[in-house]
Amino acid sequence: MLDLSKYSCIGEAVRDAVETWPREVCLYESDRGQEKERITYREFKERALPLAKWLQDAGFRVGDRASIIMTNQSKWLISAYAIFYCGGTLVPLDYKLKPEEQWALLRHSDASVLITEFPIWRQVSVSAARADAPNVKTVLVTEAPEKADLAEATRWEYAKANGQPRFVNRRRSDLACVVYSSGTGGTPKGCMMTHENYLEQCVALTSLYPFWPGVKYLSILPTNHAIDFMVGFFGPFICGAAVVHLRTLRPEYVREAFTKYQITYVSVVPLVLKNLQKGLQTRFEELPATKRRVFEWLRRINKELTRSRPVLPLSRLLLKQVHAAFGGKLEAIIVGGAFTEPQVLQFFYDLGIPVANGYGLTEAGTAVTVNDLRPFRADTVGKPLPGMEVQIVNPDPDGIGQVAVKSKTVMAGYLNEAELTEQTIVNGWLMTGDMGRFDATGHLQLLGRKKNMIVTEEGKNVYAEDVEQVFEGLPVKEYCVFAANYIWPSRSMTGEQLVLVIHLEPGKAFTNELKEEIVARNSGLVNYKRIHGVVAYPEDFPLTASMKIIRAALAQRLGKLRREQVMVPL
Amino acid sequence: MRTLEQTTQEILELATKHFKAAPGSLNASDDFYRKLGIDSLQALELLSRLENHFHIELPDYEVQGVSDFKTLAERVQARL
Repeated sequence: MLDLSKYSCIGEAVRDAVETWPREVCLYESDRGQEKERITYREFKERALPLAKWLQDAGFRVGDRASIIMTNQSKWLISAYAIFYCGGTLVPLDYKLKPEEQWALLRHSDASVLITEFPIWRQVSVSAARADAPNVKTVLVTEAPEKADLAEATRWEYAKANGQPRFVNRRRSDLACVVYSSGTGGTPKGCMMTHENYLEQCVALTSLYPFWPGVKYLSILPTNHAIDFMVGFFGPFICGAAVVHLRTLRPEYVREAFTKYQITYVSVVPLVLKNLQKGLQTRFEELPATKRRVFEWLRRINKELTRSRPVLPLSRLLLKQVHAAFGGKLEAIIVGGAFTEPQVLQFFYDLGIPVANGYGLTEAGTAVTVNDLRPFRADTVGKPLPGMEVQIVNPDPDGIGQVAVKSKTVMAGYLNEAELTEQTIVNGWLMTGDMGRFDATGHLQLLGRKKNMIVTEEGKNVYAEDVEQVFEGLPVKEYCVFAANYIWPSRSMTGEQLVLVIHLEPGKAFTNELKEEIVARNSGLVNYKRIHGVVAYPEDFPLTASMKIIRAALAQRLGKLRREQVMVPL
Repeated sequence: MRTLEQTTQEILELATKHFKAAPGSLNASDDFYRKLGIDSLQALELLSRLENHFHIELPDYEVQGVSDFKTLAERVQARL
């Protein structure tokens, strides 16, 4: 691993990495079980530098912003390196957002360059919202068919120039990325991440879960997500390890990739982990009675022998077939993006497959706490990583309060949102909005959320405000969307739901017709943004002088009502 | 060559069988996430079933943002 204390920016570290391990493979790309490509660090450099030169020739300067909207693939990382090489700031966006959301964030981030894939560009380019982001001057498109209409974009393959590009170094405090942690309906929350944020986070994470040449990381989480950017790009690269990309995420091909590439690490969201669990359980249940008894006996022995810490060679021996299904080289499954149920984590640990469960948020880099597995604790999110100060603010008699974080990995602030930044980072402490407490052994336990948002099992942050626009024009006096937990706090991180609160016009009733209209509008939202119930509130909403709803006050009033009595489920 | 109606009908039958829904309970305009109570991974499973049935390739991106059978059928039809 490179000594990151010697580097001031991501580009400088990756530049040394490609020179340190030129013959090592850094990227594998597979599509439907067929390996399409494997790229060495030298080849990675040979593809990135002509692109960097082309960008510089096109006027891309230090500090300029370039966005990537791509599925996980080699060109994502090659493009990112080219941007960092030029001293640019990367704006990674979620390829699953709608075109108008993409343009809104492109405008907000002030990106001058967009690098995307043809299937995405085909939809994004025809959106009327394109006119709203004139700041995007250059668009590069990968995978474009030969005669495709590129709508004034340039083929990524043509974006290469001869000659050596000029490497532009950045300071640790300079902006490396603008990472959006929410949608666009409310206030776009663009986390300004510095180079120091990433360098420090990488040191902290690799101290517990190291990479080395020969490690193969399976990249399933979108690379725009803070976790995959760290453990599916920067982390492995500064250690000479390799990243495996799949062009389809069908479960059957993901399963096959484990054995084909003998994967060392993989990061998943809880939903995927549960799916893996379900698949394994089905297979166990199908075992003949005798084999099943033997298997259960081996599982119990493994559980007993790994109580204090993982012993991978032993687990691989005892539960050979299970480990063989994961390729036999798996060191850990990293799970993140949302809260994971303890029984799911325990299921894997009992099979001898360590699950690196932790807690993090984009605003704090990637991870704040991680389970160090010594011993494994399914009921907590682990201890703070090296370099992280974590405290519980205003704890109640049970020790439960808001989790606050102070660390070199905490973002510089929200882009163009000074007020929101001031509310979020108070005296150097990042107020996470998550509720938790420390147990006697220093492990953090999460117990609900204080902010008006939910996180889905797929790791999606959904801010209640972002959902409101779909109900615009609803025939009611006023309306507001809340996370149910914001109104009725629950000491749980699962089963979170959104609720629509309406105040009817005077003399009007909550009719079936209105309910049907709400249902119809709700259907227009992607499934994870949908509301689960409606509350018809009989009084005027509290408003500011500028007629904005005072959400906290309204939530407080609603909190006095019983949820099961006032909420009409949809 | 199948018509769009035929393709839609076959998709509804496949989904009914695969997710063990009550026969005749699915309609073209239904949101399959909601009606079948499935998640995004199960939706990907359905795509694999459709590929095998129709002998086509349906890249994941083709169904980004698609949540009703009718649009899904159109995407399949375009590749037949």
